Amino acid sequence: MAEPALSIRGLTKVYGNGFQALKGIDLDVQQGDFFALLGPNGAGKSTTLGVVCSLVQKTAGKVSIFGIDVDKDFAKAKYQLGVVPQEFNFNQFEKVLDIVLAQAGYYGMTSREALPRAKQLLTDLGLWEKRNGSARMLSGGMKRRLMIARALMHRPKLLILDEPTAGVDIELRRSMWEYMRRINQDEGTTIILTTHYLEEAESLCRNVAIINNGDIVRNTSVRGLLAELNTETFLIDTSEAITDIPKIDGFEIKQLESTQLSLVVHRGQRLNDVFKALSEQGIQVVSMRNRANRLEEMFVSMVEGSGLGAIDQRVEKTEERV
Amino acid sequence: MNATQTLIALWTLVLKEIKRFTRIWPQTLLPPSITMAMYFIIFGNLIGSRIGDMDGFSYMDFIVPGLIMMSVITNSYSNVASSFFSNKFQRSIEEMMVSPMPNWVILAGFILGGMARGLGVGLIVTVVSLFFTRLTMEHPLLTVLVVVLTSALFSIGGFINALLANKFDDISIVPTFILTPLTYLGGVFYSISMLPDFWQGVSMLNPILYMVNVFRYGFLGVSDIPVGWALVAIFAFIIVLFSIALAMLERGKGIRS
Repeated sequence: MAEPALSIRGLTKVYGNGFQALKGIDLDVQQGDFFALLGPNGAGKSTTLGVVCSLVQKTAGKVSIFGIDVDKDFAKAKYQLGVVPQEFNFNQFEKVLDIVLAQAGYYGMTSREALPRAKQLLTDLGLWEKRNGSARMLSGGMKRRLMIARALMHRPKLLILDEPTAGVDIELRRSMWEYMRRINQDEGTTIILTTHYLEEAESLCRNVAIINNGDIVRNTSVRGLLAELNTETFLIDTSEAITDIPKIDGFEIKQLESTQLSLVVHRGQRLNDVFKALSEQGIQVVSMRNRANRLEEMFVSMVEGSGLGAIDQRVEKTEERV
Repeated sequence: MNATQTLIALWTLVLKEIKRFTRIWPQTLLPPSITMAMYFIIFGNLIGSRIGDMDGFSYMDFIVPGLIMMSVITNSYSNVASSFFSNKFQRSIEEMMVSPMPNWVILAGFILGGMARGLGVGLIVTVVSLFFTRLTMEHPLLTVLVVVLTSALFSIGGFINALLANKFDDISIVPTFILTPLTYLGGVFYSISMLPDFWQGVSMLNPILYMVNVFRYGFLGVSDIPVGWALVAIFAFIIVLFSIALAMLERGKGIRS
């Protein structure tokens, strides 16, 4: 079997103030995977990725990138790695083209190699026309795309994306998803993604690890995780105002607004029964949707509860983001 | 990284640094030339003519090497201090930290960038001085050697300052309260032979005195202190400070949590 793109064993990080950010985590990300690392703020995601990128010094543990132990040959490991951090970390006063070319230079790429690569990436990401402008003149979404272009200059086999679509509008987010899918599927780049948009993780990623309080509380496939979802909450819009909340055996229904109901469906229950009962009670359904992203429901239940037993709990706070 | 890749990385960083200070030339290259022109006019021409000779040379000829050296020292130091700290502040230092560039290349890149500005400003000030006096160079090689070494030394100093700095104020403290007084008391404007014995002894503890004097020796052929001794001291300082800066960088001091 091929070496994992990323292998972490017993990774521990204790900061100078005594705070233990990571408690000996183990994690493998296979080559070619599109992997989500999820967790609430302060859970340890950025610390984990910081150690992998050499921005954070680990206290203990072992990190290997494509089988290369970073303690033995970090320089070689770094060639495999591209990083798109959460916050803008380029010189805002430099030109867009200079930023990506400088990054290529740091990896020892000649300008003959770097210039066509820069042109291709900036064109793909819609930034070529802006190449001679100062980076500070770019919009937030463009700055994020600039960091993606910069991270891909040296053709990394493992790309780390730390909240790449934070603050990006929906249309642009979708186009960035398409781009990420393309480099994952067409070029075989392994991608590790952290995000607060769980819809993003559900849409893009095959596997997921959930980290909470410095521990990995779950590491499985997205599909497998969703299969464990015992409860889903739907919002039902009706054609007319409802005076009496309908009663349907086995289902939990609440009225949210005059023409809107919430419906909790447990695994094994059939939506056909709901529609039939509503119809019999003279209620016409005009639309229906998930109250929250399914992964989000699962996620909230896991980080709010004490361990995996919590996934059976009903989710109420689905409006919260990770 | 192989040798070619290392050289490309180093050149990339040096070029980036040169682009930075030339992009903001009204802040970096213009002020020293105007300030030094004022020194030449006021101290050299107006006041200098009343002071008379110093160590057998006109006062203007005496202060020119010191003023050139002062420009080199302050610009080498402040370039690295402000550039590296800005990289820390904007977090663009992470671009370098995630790359396979060895730490010594990062350090060397900033030092060479600082030297490019320090020596560039030194050259500009030299050209400005030609409007006021005819410069002669008794020992050209020694002159070049000492100005290059001094620029390197203070570039390293600026780097250490930036590594330790937590806010922008921290990178102005050393130039304001240490470098400027040491430079003014380092024999730029007077010969230490004018001082009483006690203050001559105190002046000998000032490292900038050695650099200014060796540089002046390169131009005029006179020095208050032994030239060979001064060169050895500058070399030693460079080796010690480079080692300290590299060790701090390896430990991630100020840049890795």
